[in-house]
Amino acid sequence: MKSSGRVAAAFARAEGEERAAFVAYLTAGDPDLRATVELARAVEAAGADVLELGVPFSDPIADGATLQRAAARALASGTTLDGVFAAAAEIRAKTDLPLLLFSYANPLCARGFGRAFREAASAGFDALLLTDVPAEESDAVLPDVARAGLDPVLLVSPTSDAGRMRAAAERSRGFLYVVSRTGTTGERARLAEDLQRTVARARRAADAERGDRGTLPIAVGFGIASAEDARRVAAIADGVVVGSALVACAESGGARAASAVETLARSLAEACRR
Amino acid sequence: MAERAYFGAYGGTFAPETLMAPLVELAEAFDEARRDSGFRAELDGALRDYAGRPTALFFARRLSEDAGGARILFKREDLLHTGAHKINNAIGQGLLARRMGKTRLIAETGAGQHGVATATVAAWLGFESVVYMGSEDARRQAVNVARMRRLGADVRTVDAGSRTLKDAINEAMRDWSATSATSHYVLGSALGPHPYPTMVAWFHRAIGREARAQTLRRWKKLPKAVVACVGGGSNAIGIFQAFLRDRVRLVGVEAGGRGTALGDHAARFAGGKVGILHGTKTWVLQDREGQIAATHSVSAGLDYPAVGPQHAALRDARRVEYVSASDSEALDAFDRTTRLEGIVPALESAHAIAFARKLAPSLRKSDLILVNLSGRGDKDLPEVERIERGS
Repeated sequence: MKSSGRVAAAFARAEGEERAAFVAYLTAGDPDLRATVELARAVEAAGADVLELGVPFSDPIADGATLQRAAARALASGTTLDGVFAAAAEIRAKTDLPLLLFSYANPLCARGFGRAFREAASAGFDALLLTDVPAEESDAVLPDVARAGLDPVLLVSPTSDAGRMRAAAERSRGFLYVVSRTGTTGERARLAEDLQRTVARARRAADAERGDRGTLPIAVGFGIASAEDARRVAAIADGVVVGSALVACAESGGARAASAVETLARSLAEACRR
Repeated sequence: MAERAYFGAYGGTFAPETLMAPLVELAEAFDEARRDSGFRAELDGALRDYAGRPTALFFARRLSEDAGGARILFKREDLLHTGAHKINNAIGQGLLARRMGKTRLIAETGAGQHGVATATVAAWLGFESVVYMGSEDARRQAVNVARMRRLGADVRTVDAGSRTLKDAINEAMRDWSATSATSHYVLGSALGPHPYPTMVAWFHRAIGREARAQTLRRWKKLPKAVVACVGGGSNAIGIFQAFLRDRVRLVGVEAGGRGTALGDHAARFAGGKVGILHGTKTWVLQDREGQIAATHSVSAGLDYPAVGPQHAALRDARRVEYVSASDSEALDAFDRTTRLEGIVPALESAHAIAFARKLAPSLRKSDLILVNLSGRGDKDLPEVERIERGS
């Protein structure tokens, strides 16, 4: 089965419009799945190009406090993998917004990777990011990911050397995800100063690996908190991923969460225009 | 990375990308260090002069008579500096961190013994140290918290999740992913991503080597069985590895807690299934959705939802048997060992003693059961007294 190509198409469209793609992250089920469907609608209306939905996990070692709280709220409201898939299907029924499934390995491993990937694809997911499965472990699951028709997205970080960056680029479809700095997800006062260098290294790795298969876009995430941050990242990367800031906005938004998130997402989407 | 990342189907390096460079750096540094005779000599010297190796092998005569059967021998890791086997690994990783040019040690701790060992080594080597500890564990192990702070460690209690060891590991990994340029993460058990399971086992190999040689020298034969408690499994792998090629029964004792329902115990092989937690593929206590389950044990050091990957492989190979002892069996063994031998065992080790007491009557009086007494129980006295008061 071939991937839908929705993610690549979204990046290409943004590129054509001379802007970076805006990738919005939401923790599925925070505080419940109904809210997730509403927030998805809000970020789409605000101009998001890709929606990344996180499967809540009890032990999210790569996440900061904001996303850990979001996962705890989602689990407390009884969010299951089936629920996440049902929410995705509901979102997919109303939109062509590309959907990226973000997860720690264990919730999908518990279902059986192959089955979980197939169900994710049928629910409408286009791509998959497993945060604790680096390139060397990914080879055991990538054939199943491809069979399900999902685009694998791998991460690189400022500490990844050229070989690791090439390995991640070689395995990624849709885009390559650059973690802006070491540490966990979450907002930071200042983006890492060497980000430009990291992005340039990732781009070299992506170009070297892709050869004549066309370019692999580079998106940057982790620590992008404001429109100003997004503007700076949009100037050097093909995509901007914002997670914790949106989740924190929803967290403090209470009954008006959806409109607060839409307002923030709109300013982030605007900031992605170059 | 090397194939040693896996033990059969278990192990691996399931870590976020930001941790991969430090893990590769650590794996290379460890490989290089253990081949370096200078490093091995330095390590052996520190284990001898600072930690107090070799530890004694003790025949627990009255406990054996009480159990009625084979002779029960204790490998006295409780006699080590700081009171548990954990110091072997903390010294090893501390010396390795110095060799790598790191100046700050990060550790997680459950019962506090690994935190104390790391804080001790940090004081000795002049490092900064930060120890993460679940707030529930910190309550149960207040004496060790005070000890760590006195040694200069920054003890950070963790209120997330179940507020026990697994949550402390999450925080320690987060800290390391942000500070790996200057920090070394001293993981305290034979688990986590490669190279930790291999490395921690290597730093504990002296336990089994000494015990095997001491048993042969004093008793002119090998034990019938070697018994050790298994949380992550570092003391167990430390003693088992010397006997893997012998015709000796090897038994790992998990925490049976207060019952068999999920959440009431920490017996991964009885109630878990294969999953991925904290960087390694192994047996994990989890619900149907793959969410990590809460655990319970009277012993904070065994209260962990996953087991070291080498143990999972040894179980598949049928080389080691894994059983469990309940809270009450462990408390009973704790009491009897204290009253009959004048030795206060750690509640962790008391699980191993509880199984040895059950095994002894089925063996001959001339047979030997070697129990790894992995630590001393001073730290557990307040908790044991609290349980006895029923509060």
